[in-house]
Amino acid sequence: MHELSTSILLIIALAPLAGAVLAGFLGRTIGRAGSHTVTILGVAISCVLSFYVLYQLVWGGAANYNHDLYTWFQVGKFNASVGFMIDRLSAMMMVVVTFVSLMVHIYTIGYMADDDGYTRFFSYIALFTFAMLMLVMSNNFMQLFFGWEGVGLVSYLLIGFYFKRPSATFANLKAFLVNRVGDFGFVLGIGAVLYFLGTLDYQTAFDAAPTLVGQTLHITQNHAWSAATVIGILLFIGAMGKSAQVPLHVWLPDSMEGPTPISALIHAATMVTAGIFMVARMSPIFELSSTALSFIMVIGATGALFTGMIGIVQNDIKRVVAYSTLSQLGYMTVALGVSAYAGAVYHLMTHAFFKALLFLGAGSVIIAMHHEQDMRHMGGLRKYMPITYITMWVGSLALCGVPFFSGFYSKDAIIEAAGESHRWGAHYAYFCVLMGALVTALYTFRQMHLTFHGKERFKVVESHGHGHDDHDDHHHEPGVLAHAPKESPWVVTVPLVMLAIPSLLIGFFTVGPMLFGDWFGKAIHVTEAHNVLAEMGTEFHGALAMALHGFTQTPFWLVVAGFAITTYVYIFNPAMAGRIQRIFKPVYVVLDRKFWVDEVYLAIFARGGVKLGRLFWKAGDTAVIDGAIDGSASLVQRIAAGMRRLQSGYLYHYAFAMILGLILLLGGFWWFGHV
Amino acid sequence: MSNHLLSLLIWLPMAGAVPVLIAGARGSASRWIALAVAVATFVASLFLLPAYHTDGAVMQLVESTPWIASLHVNYALGVDGISVALILLTSFVGVLVIVGAWDVIKDNKPHQYMAAMLVLEGLLIGVFCATDALLFYVFFEAMLIPMFILIGIWGGPRRVYATLKFFIYTFLGSIFMLVGLIYLYHKAGTFDMATLAHLPLTMKEQSWLFFAFLIAFAIKIPMVPVHTWLPDAHVEAPTGGSVVLAAVMLKVGGYGFLRFSLPIVPDASAHYAWLVIVLSLIPVVYIGYVALVQEDMKKLVAYSSIAHMGFVTLGIFIAFMLVRDLGNVDAANLGVQGAMVQMMSHGFVSGAMFSCIGVMYDRLHTRMIKDYGGLVNVMPWFTFFMVFFAMANCGLPGTSGFVGEFMVILASFSANPWIALIAAFTLIIGAAYTLWLVKRVVWGKVTNEKVAAMKDINGREAFVLTAFAVVVLAIGVWPQPLVHLMGGSIDHLVQQLAISKI
Repeated sequence: MHELSTSILLIIALAPLAGAVLAGFLGRTIGRAGSHTVTILGVAISCVLSFYVLYQLVWGGAANYNHDLYTWFQVGKFNASVGFMIDRLSAMMMVVVTFVSLMVHIYTIGYMADDDGYTRFFSYIALFTFAMLMLVMSNNFMQLFFGWEGVGLVSYLLIGFYFKRPSATFANLKAFLVNRVGDFGFVLGIGAVLYFLGTLDYQTAFDAAPTLVGQTLHITQNHAWSAATVIGILLFIGAMGKSAQVPLHVWLPDSMEGPTPISALIHAATMVTAGIFMVARMSPIFELSSTALSFIMVIGATGALFTGMIGIVQNDIKRVVAYSTLSQLGYMTVALGVSAYAGAVYHLMTHAFFKALLFLGAGSVIIAMHHEQDMRHMGGLRKYMPITYITMWVGSLALCGVPFFSGFYSKDAIIEAAGESHRWGAHYAYFCVLMGALVTALYTFRQMHLTFHGKERFKVVESHGHGHDDHDDHHHEPGVLAHAPKESPWVVTVPLVMLAIPSLLIGFFTVGPMLFGDWFGKAIHVTEAHNVLAEMGTEFHGALAMALHGFTQTPFWLVVAGFAITTYVYIFNPAMAGRIQRIFKPVYVVLDRKFWVDEVYLAIFARGGVKLGRLFWKAGDTAVIDGAIDGSASLVQRIAAGMRRLQSGYLYHYAFAMILGLILLLGGFWWFGHV
Repeated sequence: MSNHLLSLLIWLPMAGAVPVLIAGARGSASRWIALAVAVATFVASLFLLPAYHTDGAVMQLVESTPWIASLHVNYALGVDGISVALILLTSFVGVLVIVGAWDVIKDNKPHQYMAAMLVLEGLLIGVFCATDALLFYVFFEAMLIPMFILIGIWGGPRRVYATLKFFIYTFLGSIFMLVGLIYLYHKAGTFDMATLAHLPLTMKEQSWLFFAFLIAFAIKIPMVPVHTWLPDAHVEAPTGGSVVLAAVMLKVGGYGFLRFSLPIVPDASAHYAWLVIVLSLIPVVYIGYVALVQEDMKKLVAYSSIAHMGFVTLGIFIAFMLVRDLGNVDAANLGVQGAMVQMMSHGFVSGAMFSCIGVMYDRLHTRMIKDYGGLVNVMPWFTFFMVFFAMANCGLPGTSGFVGEFMVILASFSANPWIALIAAFTLIIGAAYTLWLVKRVVWGKVTNEKVAAMKDINGREAFVLTAFAVVVLAIGVWPQPLVHLMGGSIDHLVQQLAISKI
């Protein structure tokens, strides 16, 4: 057993930061090519070294790495350090993050080719990669929170990338604030960890975690909660923000205001899965509280089904994928809730590939459509952009969980795990994830049909004089293009192909060890009694058998049903969609309005907050406090005016006052002297 | 020199004010002299670092000369880690406000402005050095005068109202402190703060003294409900005045709690800790909401200051709950350390925020949020700094703003999760008011022609903002040096809290 080199780990984390700093501050000097070169170089170095680290851990016989780099603060016995914990879990995350990031970097060259903010964009995504790596590589809660908020900052900057659009600056503020609601819980969770376990260091905390059993936190005098439940739920509230779980999911669809590459990188593949990663990382703590896990499961299941349903009625190609992400994050969360942490992380990995692929594919379509995102103006694109078309199909089938595709192995395992679990709420969760399979098929195939199949619903008017890339306002006529759509350049299609390969294959080759083997080792801790994956593992006879078995299972037939329905409705009988919409009007309205969650939040928290602020300001500060102050000031003035009248200048007034004073003084002495 | 280093730090800027005044309003001589004096003071303050031993529980670099012999009052100076940190903050900000005002005050008695700044700087350093209570009191009161002048002469249209409010409030507070100090002198026969710290006092005496100190320092810091002078003072003050006010003067309140309330009346402080904690938590929520709806940028940041200073008093007084009720010395340490880091951080962040507002004000001569919009289009570098400091103001990890809040929240949780819950609300509301400000001012399209004509920051402004940014980032990335600097003194202080004087 040998140690991983600290310098290599440092280079992995810092190379993207160096790229970001160079592109950010010297963007004008080094130019566009210079900016994308330094950032891509930085991320590429990270990516190669991450693969190397994973290789060393899995095949090279390297021991897990857990060391502090420097002391962040030391107060009494409390220590917060910056350090790395590198085991298979973090190494896998590093590979996923840097690989997807690298693909997105390359893709961006094509996607942002005509954008004024080109260098700024590269600086942001490289900075994001740094923050995300700090998050996954951390060996303590403080640094985790640093990465956690760091990715939040970059997400804020990137959602508001087109800062001239009011919708973008609204969306980034909303995203940051909703995330802060989660972080509010997260910080308290860290506070609880420090209180009960006395440390911010992962390993020390995990070692001490069994002592949580039996400890309670007094909420009121006579009411106490189990320590593990309190910690678990508080930390998970953080995950609810970052991983967009119901009811903190509202920011993610709006985050589509950002350019498509970051929707792929941040809002699908990596950042939003940070919450999933965090819970898996904290498995020794979460395992101690079935209550917290039930809570997690129910939240996840609700998101998996209901947000997916919203995806069915979206017309914006990116929003479909966004709601799909919400739904898939729900799946991962359900897996966490049934103690199938490896399943959650496994789905995280496959999802990172196929969802990044779907987003980048959607972006490729958007380029071809000259930044038109409304699927009602698309159709029949398959003959114009074959590479995008085929790779998107790979991604879609993986997303739907069709056997042999990577998504099948991870998703099917989650559905089955939910079915096997005996935890409180597991029946509900099973129902949600099973029906979710149908919902997934409905929105996915609807999207594919509307985009690539059927009749073309756009016109090509050659004289239509419009720039390729008018981000600021879509003032062109919808569905009218200046020239025919065409396949995107190689910088776009190569990443699509590179992502399509793992989307197709990675499940088949890794499912055995990663899901049912003990691949993660001690990185993930599951109590024997909760270990549904191990239970399922007894019936696992290889990836081929699992896939073939998959064809006989309900989820597959639900997908087939979804395909049949959408094909009939959108290809053979296009008028049908409108008819269904009219017949199920109430359902449609509910979904179209997204269950009115946004409206309620806006009314209560945004407008209500401003109203409350005005009330506090006007009634509290201005009326009561300043009123009292100004009142007392004028009282002083009145007294002073009265006093002035006393100073009349007449000697007998003064003499009278002196005598009066003397009498009072003597009288006072006499009186108090006696008492 | 090192045995008179503290005197040098106090009197150098004050003496330097004389040639600045003599140089007069014409030309730039006065500015250059002022800058030289401020830089010299800053450099001299850096000598504190090697001279000071961080293990120190006792005052170091002490100087003592009889001052009013008949009353046994000494001109006594000394520093511990807490003072050193605050002196560095003061001398650092001292340079930046001179640079910040370089062109801005040019046509309006610049020599007097610079001189007032230098005097103020010297007096503030004096406050942080004094180990004799009467000397402290003299500096504490005297610093009102240059600030009064700064707001009164270079202030905005309602400066008279603001200065009076500012003066009456803070003066009223210090009167109570004076009465308390005289009582203590009466008992101990000295104003020496170390002696007073060991003076046995009954609970009744301590309670009276506690409230006398509380009123003085609560107004200074300021705490709800005696905070309303601050927004008015900030709004009317010139940029430099606001920067010093927010960055350093408010810290005197927190410093006072640490130097007077804690060591001299520990039992009363422990007994009434709940009161101060409640008064610290109210601003997090109440002031947070008030800040949200401000239409004037300076008022918004002023309210934000009050909310942030709530963490200082929370961190200090949570320590009593932790030490006395729970015996958790480490967490108490964390709380006080958090309070101090928060003080330092707020000094830099609020100073930078007011400097940013100053940059905008110099161009458009308005502080109203509605007059701005879309600055990012015309001032990209300014936007970088503004967003950076806004993030620091919301306590983003990696900036100094996070460190103190994080420590205080963690310590509070160990005392009572509900306190931590309310304190942590700042994560949400702090981000809401700060980033909503950024959204309206910085992002979006250019809203009017005046904004369209705004020029990006010049080299001088970039220097000021960069200096702030470097420190904010440095503390955020590696707070340990600062923590270590103050650690020994805070350890000592926390140990004292446990000891009853009754």
